[in-house]
Amino acid sequence: MAVLTMAKAINDGLRAAMERDPKVLVMGEDVGKLGGVFRVTDGLQKDFGEQRVLDTPLAESGIIGTAVGLAIRGFRPVCEIQFDGFVFPGYDQIVSQLAKLHFRSQGKVRMPVVVRIPFGGGIGAVEHHSESPEALFAHVAGLKVVACSNPVDAYWMIQQSIASDDPVIFFEPKRRYWEKAEVDVSATPAPLFTSRVARPGTTLTLAGYGPVLKTCLEAATVAEADGHDVEVIDLRSLSPLDLDPVFSSVRRTGRLVVVAEAPSETSVSSEVAARVQQECFHSLEAPVLRVTGFDTPYPPSKCEEDFLPDLDRVLDAVDRSMAW
Amino acid sequence: MSAPQAWTPATSVPEPQASRDHVVAGLKGTDEGGADLVQLLTPEGLRMADPRFDRFAADVDVPALQALYRDMVLVRRFDREANALQRQGQLGIWVPLLGQEAAQIGAGRAMAPQDMAFPSYREHGVAWARGIDPTELLGIFRGTDNGSWDPIATGFHLYTIVIGNQCLNATGYAMGQKFEGKVGDGPDAEATICFFGDGATSQGDVHEGFVWAAVYDAPVVFYCQNNQWAISEPTERQTRVPLYKRAQGYGFEGIRVDGNDVLACLAVTRWALEECRTGNGPVLIEAFTYRMDAHTTSDDPTRYRLADELELWKLKDPIERVRVNLVREHDVEQDFFDDVQAGSDELAARFRQFCTDMPPPAPDRMFSQVYAEPSPNVEAQREAFLAYHASFEGV
Repeated sequence: MAVLTMAKAINDGLRAAMERDPKVLVMGEDVGKLGGVFRVTDGLQKDFGEQRVLDTPLAESGIIGTAVGLAIRGFRPVCEIQFDGFVFPGYDQIVSQLAKLHFRSQGKVRMPVVVRIPFGGGIGAVEHHSESPEALFAHVAGLKVVACSNPVDAYWMIQQSIASDDPVIFFEPKRRYWEKAEVDVSATPAPLFTSRVARPGTTLTLAGYGPVLKTCLEAATVAEADGHDVEVIDLRSLSPLDLDPVFSSVRRTGRLVVVAEAPSETSVSSEVAARVQQECFHSLEAPVLRVTGFDTPYPPSKCEEDFLPDLDRVLDAVDRSMAW
Repeated sequence: MSAPQAWTPATSVPEPQASRDHVVAGLKGTDEGGADLVQLLTPEGLRMADPRFDRFAADVDVPALQALYRDMVLVRRFDREANALQRQGQLGIWVPLLGQEAAQIGAGRAMAPQDMAFPSYREHGVAWARGIDPTELLGIFRGTDNGSWDPIATGFHLYTIVIGNQCLNATGYAMGQKFEGKVGDGPDAEATICFFGDGATSQGDVHEGFVWAAVYDAPVVFYCQNNQWAISEPTERQTRVPLYKRAQGYGFEGIRVDGNDVLACLAVTRWALEECRTGNGPVLIEAFTYRMDAHTTSDDPTRYRLADELELWKLKDPIERVRVNLVREHDVEQDFFDDVQAGSDELAARFRQFCTDMPPPAPDRMFSQVYAEPSPNVEAQREAFLAYHASFEGV
């Protein structure tokens, strides 16, 4: 079993998908010679050529819009958006064409396009480099949205996203790119659009995705010392949400804290909270609490430690829920 | 570089260098498209020689010209019928192509079967040329579907309503043609043609399409129908230079063709597609034409343009000049024109009947095909929706 960083795991996943299917293309700004600003596509152009790994002109609508055309032609493009905050010039093509063409054509045209977006903060970056815009995509019918939290999932989820005949917005937690784990490439992965119990527990449920999953697991470990047996669920798929494991967990624990970097208002975390109160009303011992970014623009990076949900804020929410 | 001049507040508004009338005149070439306009058939029906493009129309004999005439008459006929159907409440809206028949039939008939077209939403004539029955357009405007034809099988993508989006989609498709080795001298060589209007040229997606197509040598013809009006805004609200000249800035050729001359549109588009198929693309064509009717049935052009302008363009009618040419230069008899007329009336009757007979979509149509792999959330909503509807049975 190889020990891989998340960046390398995605790189290996891309490579495996490209070897399996000659229609898979990688396209984006600086993804070729440079290997991407995070080196996630490192070496792919060298091995697959400039016609399968495209250093594109610097325009995000162009990346998505041409990927749509390539998909109509039968290709399976994997687009890289360099940073979360730069996706918006491509948002029109994502919402107006990518998301709708299967529906508009009643299935005659498929859109097997993956849009990879490094997302989230915590790297001390300037503006537009630390955002969590997943709700803006999860809200759009026709798109599927996933977020990986660790190298193992990253390796499998990128391949499963490429194999999907639906467009998938693939969020990569950039501050976790360099965290390592053992990846068994001969294992059988869980289906893509499923959540996963990352740590079993009995007294409280923590649900999160992407970069905060690690924070949740750390919080569970610390809470254990206080006598709280916390279950952690990695949501993984943000659209469609796979909430059955959350419902069954909350029916056992009676308490739920949802954690996300994104602002709370009208968000993935609010959707989880709404659905849990609908399905688990009689099981809840405390209101669903959320620990999220604030409803502000992402702040200058010297403030980001206070903006991002950290161990203390998660533990504070655990305490408040337990004390209810 | 000279030293910057000290800024002093203006005491009065300076006279613009070019007056509005001057700009309009320069752009529209006094509505004749200027000296660079490619024209093979004058508004009076005279066949003009063109050393560059004649060979792309050399095979158009009298039967072929009659076929182009018939195409245009039939397309105009169902376009008028659709306008009437909207007025009678049978369609929610219609987007008339009146006046653009030559631009669309010429381009559409220039395509080879293996070529691909990306239309905007007014390309009823191109749809016709691609063999799509006009009744297949009706669902979009009656509100029963979003276009029922198969884009892949017909080589005609669905209508794109977001202005300019299709220029990038077409460019991507053309890149795919190239990646698959379909550019070259072989008989199976392919090209893509992208349709958009003068208003769309202001969109970023059109600019990005030009950039992408240029740097990847994509086999795509950008076919801009400059019909002079983007709803209420004249072309000078979009550009300072004639649109075909923009191509130069991107590094490929731009041509302005008389968009009301079906022969010229056919020849120039054949040339452009051939350039693309053989690896010399992309190409920009500006088909200089005129929107004779409103932008849509919801629009009122009397609020923003003069009736005189319309009258002037009526003299350049795309269908009339072919009729005159067929009669004067080829002695085509009245029987032919009567036959076309009868065929068009027959088409209109069938079109109308189809429209009024269209069943409404099933109530749960909206849940269909949102995804290739159904989403459990959408399926759960569909089930709940159907159960809700069923709860009224027998009430």
